[in-house]
Amino acid sequence: MKLSREQVHHMAELAQLALDEEELTLYQEQLSAILEHFERLQNLDTAAIPPTATVLPLCSVMREDDPSVSLSLEDVLANAPEAEEGCFRVPAVLE
Amino acid sequence: MIRYEPVIGLEVHAQIHTASKMFCGCPVVADTGDVPSNTAVCPVCTGMPGTLPVVNRRAVELTLLTCLALDCEVPPTARFARKSYFYPDLPKGYQISQHALPFGRDGFLEIETAAGPKRIRINNVHLEEDAGKLYHGAGGSRVDLNRAGVPLIEIVTEPDLRSVEEVRAYAAALHAVLVYLGVNGGEMERGVMRFEASVSVRPAGSDALNPRHEIKNLNSFRALADAVAYEIAAQVETLTHGGAVAQQTVGWDEARGVTYVQRSKEYAEDYRYFPEPDLPPVDVDRAWVAALRAQLPELPAARRERFTSDYGLSGYDAALLTADRAVADYYEAVVSAGGAPKAAANWITGELFRLMKETGQTIQTVHVSPQALAELIQLVETDVITLGSGKTVLAEMFAAGGSARQIVAARGLAQISDTNALEQVIARIVEENPEEVRQYLEGKEQILSWLMGQVMRATHGKANPQVVQRLLHVQLEARRQ
Repeated sequence: MKLSREQVHHMAELAQLALDEEELTLYQEQLSAILEHFERLQNLDTAAIPPTATVLPLCSVMREDDPSVSLSLEDVLANAPEAEEGCFRVPAVLE
Repeated sequence: MIRYEPVIGLEVHAQIHTASKMFCGCPVVADTGDVPSNTAVCPVCTGMPGTLPVVNRRAVELTLLTCLALDCEVPPTARFARKSYFYPDLPKGYQISQHALPFGRDGFLEIETAAGPKRIRINNVHLEEDAGKLYHGAGGSRVDLNRAGVPLIEIVTEPDLRSVEEVRAYAAALHAVLVYLGVNGGEMERGVMRFEASVSVRPAGSDALNPRHEIKNLNSFRALADAVAYEIAAQVETLTHGGAVAQQTVGWDEARGVTYVQRSKEYAEDYRYFPEPDLPPVDVDRAWVAALRAQLPELPAARRERFTSDYGLSGYDAALLTADRAVADYYEAVVSAGGAPKAAANWITGELFRLMKETGQTIQTVHVSPQALAELIQLVETDVITLGSGKTVLAEMFAAGGSARQIVAARGLAQISDTNALEQVIARIVEENPEEVRQYLEGKEQILSWLMGQVMRATHGKANPQVVQRLLHVQLEARRQ
């Protein structure tokens, strides 16, 4: 299956990546190759196999509702490129 | 002219009041601005690389209780899913939610409508995490992640609602259920319950499902009702003038009272849901479900029913008293302390609610104990004090606590039924107001209540009104030559 240029562009938008024309071509080829590789799996008969989202032998791993200690504000903001009034500062967000 | 009917579906998000967050141990803190920003966060809820979420069992239990209360089917396996989108209040770049395998589906909630009870079908109930909060400022926005990762239950209806009144009734009924279950604290402050409404209109009686407008981020009951009413009117207006409604996501501008387009169909959400690889599925064991079912408290609808049958209350009073679990508990405590059921309902929904509203108090904070109110009701019912004095006593108890009997004694409020004493007061009032008496005798009978008022005033409201009326009538008639 070959991905269209529009599909690659759409995915780039969802991932918030700005791709130039050259990159669009490159990724269109690479992603199409990956899809083609997986398409081979479509030839297998999986009628008797339940959909499998995990292969880990784990189920219902839960914790009790006990609060623990949070980080100090200094640690929380240590990696923030910009901070203001105890908050992370980000470029203006418009609806 | 074509009559249109609205077709409305609701998504309700409610914060689950656990002690810790959904996937980490950070405390859930009140969203009131009192807790400094970013002081209840850790590497998990800030989305640091290499961290792993762990499910809060209590949040799952409260979600399952909600599913059971809404008569949902509870599948044996539930799974979390990743919902991807980018927004600065979402540190991981995805929200852990549920998609293909939610905790509950195919339930219903019954609401009261003008045409009788109506079932609103629930499509699904799922559990997810809240996002952080953004503060918009000049040249930038600030991000506070205290709310990020707080457990959030989402309850999605089928498009079964047909009017703003039904939307209101559903939201109120669902809120009552959540409060009864202890999922939610019952405060109505903004943000504890949030709504998204999808609204379309069609010719009345048609089965069509037309393109709809999805109204996002309605943060209060009022915003929900106002925005839905606005959308219905706007869409009917468009169709009446030969226009078409396009599928769109709209926002609600509360200040201007209008909706505005956020995204049109071409930019429809593409969340790329997939099973959350960091969380194993949850085995919703049948024994666990049975144990939770046994914990279900009496729900608002059942309690309302019982209040009308056991206490002889009107449906209206029963609904007022059961809307809030704490109020219903208070009412039952008053009745079991000896307050007459109907009188207790009148005192609570009348004077007590009025005083609470005036002072912004809730039933949890009032100084009037159920025992004190029951005693007050008995004093009024047995004619020890008048209804008017009763209100004075309640106001005093409300302000400073104390027992009804003590207040009655301290303020000398015991009712005067002694005819001798009252006859003297009445004679004096009749003597002092010759003009009013003349008008009464000339046929202006409404003057009687004015004269009664003078007598009540002269006795500081303590006179037995029935006795006053009888004596006053006798004395006035005696003047008719």
